[in-house]
Amino acid sequence: MMELLANLALGFDTAFTLTNLLYCLAGVALGTLIGVLPGLGPVATIAMLLPVTFGLPPVSALIMLAGIYYGAQYGGSTTAILVNLPGETSSVVTALDGYQMARQGHAGKALATAAIGSFFAGTVATFLLAVFAPPLADFALKFGPAEYFSLMVLGLIASVVLAHGSLLHAIGMIVLGLLLGMMGTDINSGLPRYTFDLPELADGISFVVLAMGMFGLGEIIRNLEHEEVRSALVAKVSGLMPSKADFKRIAAPILRGTGLGALLGILPGGGAILAAFAAYSVEKKISPNAAQFGKGAIEGVAAPESANNAGAQTSFIPMLTLGIPSNPVMALMIGALIIQGIQPGPMVMTDQPALFWGIIASMWIGNLFLVILNLPLIGLWVRLITIPYRLLYPAILVFCAIGVFSINNREFDIYLMALFGLLGYIFAKLDCEPAPMLLGFILGPMMEEYLRRALLISRGDPTVLITRPISATMLALAVVALFLVLVPAFRKTREEAFQEED
Amino acid sequence: MAVIRNPKDFWAGLIYLGIGLGAFHLAQDYEMGTAVRMGPGYFPKVLASLLGLIGLIALVRSFLRPGEAIGRLAWRPAFLVLGATVLFGLLVRGAGLALSLFVLVLVSAYASRQFRWRPTLLLALGLTVFSVLVFLKGLGIPLPLLGSWFVR
Repeated sequence: MMELLANLALGFDTAFTLTNLLYCLAGVALGTLIGVLPGLGPVATIAMLLPVTFGLPPVSALIMLAGIYYGAQYGGSTTAILVNLPGETSSVVTALDGYQMARQGHAGKALATAAIGSFFAGTVATFLLAVFAPPLADFALKFGPAEYFSLMVLGLIASVVLAHGSLLHAIGMIVLGLLLGMMGTDINSGLPRYTFDLPELADGISFVVLAMGMFGLGEIIRNLEHEEVRSALVAKVSGLMPSKADFKRIAAPILRGTGLGALLGILPGGGAILAAFAAYSVEKKISPNAAQFGKGAIEGVAAPESANNAGAQTSFIPMLTLGIPSNPVMALMIGALIIQGIQPGPMVMTDQPALFWGIIASMWIGNLFLVILNLPLIGLWVRLITIPYRLLYPAILVFCAIGVFSINNREFDIYLMALFGLLGYIFAKLDCEPAPMLLGFILGPMMEEYLRRALLISRGDPTVLITRPISATMLALAVVALFLVLVPAFRKTREEAFQEED
Repeated sequence: MAVIRNPKDFWAGLIYLGIGLGAFHLAQDYEMGTAVRMGPGYFPKVLASLLGLIGLIALVRSFLRPGEAIGRLAWRPAFLVLGATVLFGLLVRGAGLALSLFVLVLVSAYASRQFRWRPTLLLALGLTVFSVLVFLKGLGIPLPLLGSWFVR
């Protein structure tokens, strides 16, 4: 316990410098902004900003990027409640009851509920992160290359199982991502692989280019496909504070949402989106006001909003302790760490304690900022909703183009980004999600290296992956997860968990 | 094409299979190595085979299990958005950042069905000024304001 306090003290020491506070504020403000603006998600934004953060100290860069992710969860709920337009996928379920509340004149109450739930969940999740990360990292220090390889297999498989959509296509996209990760010079032999004799590909594809193309450009084309005129009808905000009776109604849903969200956030493939969906369906089943759901139940706002924020924060646990991304945002964070010269994994906590605890402490500070940003300043964000997409997407393109160019100062990356934009659009039309591909792309080179080392140690015996107990357990879990999806009963629940989206 | 019951599966499968085969073919030039000392061709070949296999499964499935049709491809926005991006790359050194940004915004904005000249021109101007101030002056990205075509 004393150690925990000492660690947190170090964290707050790091986070409480003026520079880092400013980057934290910038991150959460940007996060809220993109959360409010529909059609611009955290993955594209973080990819756009990565080149800018290269010059910052690692702590400041990570604090800002993290702020964007959880800030987006706050902002997304604002638009969901006020105009029935979820700014983020994780706020889709919030719109169901939040917008109904707004229409009945309780917009202020819904917004306050979302903010209180999110803040509570954020505080608890930050604490969980501080408590559970060190033992997990200690445990992970025992891992050899075989364990890491199996862990990555498990992570990739689990991300597919917990996501929605076709299982086969998701696995296909993972393998495609892994294969793309092979491009560039092989670190062991120095042999250029899949470079097509282009010197620009000698270092492989930059993951920023890939992410901006698939998530930035691909998304823009997808959005322009069914462009619609947005109604600028914004519900009036009044009566911000919930009454005592309201507090009684939302206390239990917030607790349940926080717990469920925190749990689902840790799982690979989890994170904010799954957490929100699951929390809403659970609440709908067990709430005494179940009949009111969909008609403006305050519980229907409290539970998913707590869950998505808790999930957004606990998804940092596997990233910070194991170096394994559980969703595309975490994949970008790992990329950011690598660019900063920090090898992600359990060593981060012991080698860079200030970085590790600084990020954790900054999350709690960021959550505090968000409450301030979101409740009193709500009018400002509301006005931003009225920015039409036709003015927004050229701006996104400008940032993508300059950002990509500035990584290596060459035009080649811009063309490559356009190519991935086309690819991303085509794959989207074929129901192949780009997220698993990005995970595979980041993990590809690491998996090859761990496999190589594992086989070297075992003298070429591949059974090393199933004779070492931890490694075998993880592979077994991966197989079980795969079979679960194929079992009809589970498949039904999996589809049900995402049904509210339609 | 009535035999294909799931066009999405069919085309995705074809792409996977094509990339898988291509990647495997290219990897033949890379040394396979042994299991003890994995060569640079080892992992790529395993992955390429896996991708080809997944493609085959998707192809076979597309004839067996019915699925939705692929929606219409939005060629116009795709062409304009991607074209504007490529155009930016082609212009940026020759014409300079200011002009190429202006073109990027103008061409890409034309992809919207609600395109109007006045707001777009204002947007292009605003974004150009903003980017020049922030990226060129502020962050010092090594790009000319006016390109080599204008300044000798």
